[in-house]
Order: sequence, then C-alpha cells, then structure tokens
Amino acid sequence: MSKLQVWGAIVAIVIVSTTGDLLLSRAMKQIGDLGELRHDRGLFTVVGRVLRSPSFLLGIFTMALGFFSLLTGLSWGDLSLIGPASASLTFVANAIAAKLLLHEHVDHRRWTAALLVAGGVALMAF
Amino acid sequence: MTVRKYLVLAGVVFSSSVGDPLLSYGMKQVGAVNLSHPLSLILAVLNPWVAIGIVFLLAFMACYLSALSWADLTYVLPATSIGYVLMVLIAKFALHEHVSLLRWLGVILISAGVGFVTQGPELTPPRKPKTRAATASSAVEP
Repeated sequence: MSKLQVWGAIVAIVIVSTTGDLLLSRAMKQIGDLGELRHDRGLFTVVGRVLRSPSFLLGIFTMALGFFSLLTGLSWGDLSLIGPASASLTFVANAIAAKLLLHEHVDHRRWTAALLVAGGVALMAF
Repeated sequence: MTVRKYLVLAGVVFSSSVGDPLLSYGMKQVGAVNLSHPLSLILAVLNPWVAIGIVFLLAFMACYLSALSWADLTYVLPATSIGYVLMVLIAKFALHEHVSLLRWLGVILISAGVGFVTQGPELTPPRKPKTRAATASSAVEP
C-alpha cells in the first residue's frame, strides 16, 4: 500500500474517532451528571436515559466505525506508525473540534496539555 | 473536584490499561480472525482472557461516559492519558522490557500535559443568557 493510502487511513481514523468522542460528550452533557442522576433516580433511570439518547447511539456507532477503520488501516500499514499517529492527531483534532462544535473553553492551559500529550504519545512509537 | 470524580478518572485509566492487554493476549491465543467468517469473531468471546477484557472494556465505557457527564472532553482526554505512562512503567518494571530514551521523553511530555490540564477547571461554565437590557445596550454601542 502507498504512503498516501496509509495516511488517508490515519486521517479517516482521526476524523471518525473525534466525531465519536464529540457525540458521546454531547450526549452526556445533555443527560447531566450520571453520578448525581444515579443517586437521585437509580441506576435503571441512568441506563434508560443513556440508551434513549440519539447522540449516544450515533456516538457508539461512530466509535465502532472508528474501530473498523483502525483495523483496515492496520491491514495497510504498520501498527508502529498508525497507532501513535492516529492517537496523537486525535488529541489535537478533539481540542479543535471541542472548541468549535461543543464551545468548550479551550484556554492556553488546555492547548498546551493537548499538544504535550499529542507529542508524548507520538514519541511512544520509538 | 471531589474524590468520586478522581476515582472515576482513575477508573478510566485503570480499566483501559488492564483491558487492552487482556484483549490483546486473548486474541493472540485465538489466532488470526478471518473477516469472511464472522462467527470466528463471535467465538473469540468464549476465550476467558477476551471475556475478562470485554468486562474491563465495559467498565472503561461506564467510567468514560460518567467523566464526560461532568467534565469537558478537552479535560477528560488529556487527564486520562496518564494510562500511556502507566503502560511504559509496567513494561519497564514488571516486564523488564527495554524502554528507549525517546519513550521516556514521551512519558515526561504526557505527565507535563496531565499536570497542566488537571490544574484548571474540569468544566466550561455555562454561558449566561443575554438579558434584554444587555442586548439593547450592546446594540447602541458603536
């Protein structure tokens, strides 16, 4: 497989994983603090609310899609490149997407943390 | 941050750090899975290591969802990346594997990132709705 195809797979993994994380985060913010909800209404209410959330179901579907794109990517290229590259880029993509789409307050501290962790994860390949 | 919240974050780190190696070990025993025979993938669940790995995976999902219900995604992801550091420490001190200098540098960078993010608030405060007076005054401003 060409390098272009492998990097195409990495980009696909990053986009799909980030989408899954965003959808899950959106679903959980809509439902509210699960710990408090369980304390007030019980476990079955929590499970029911989570399973009825469209964002959650779509998020799980997207996460599954991300898993299969990772498997496909691994059949095209080396784990030592695809694993750290996709994990590292996902940290940065999540920070950008969470700021733009979830309107999270990503200050200098969080940018620095995302970049440090992304760099550190990339070094794990060596 | 309460103790319960720290425990949830620790649960994310612990369940993924333990679950992934269990799944990997189990799947090595099962052998290569042929996607043209999906039944072999389902039968892999019968392997005890894979089964325990799935239990940890479910625990990870529960802790991860719980964390996302009270903290921002840009807080949870870097904060729980300490799992990578744990993996290296286990590889070095439990499995006696060689850990390269660059990987130690990675450990330092990740630890610094975790330190940075956990010093700040875990949740973006909800935006205050604009009052009618504020909207009117901002409309008048040049």
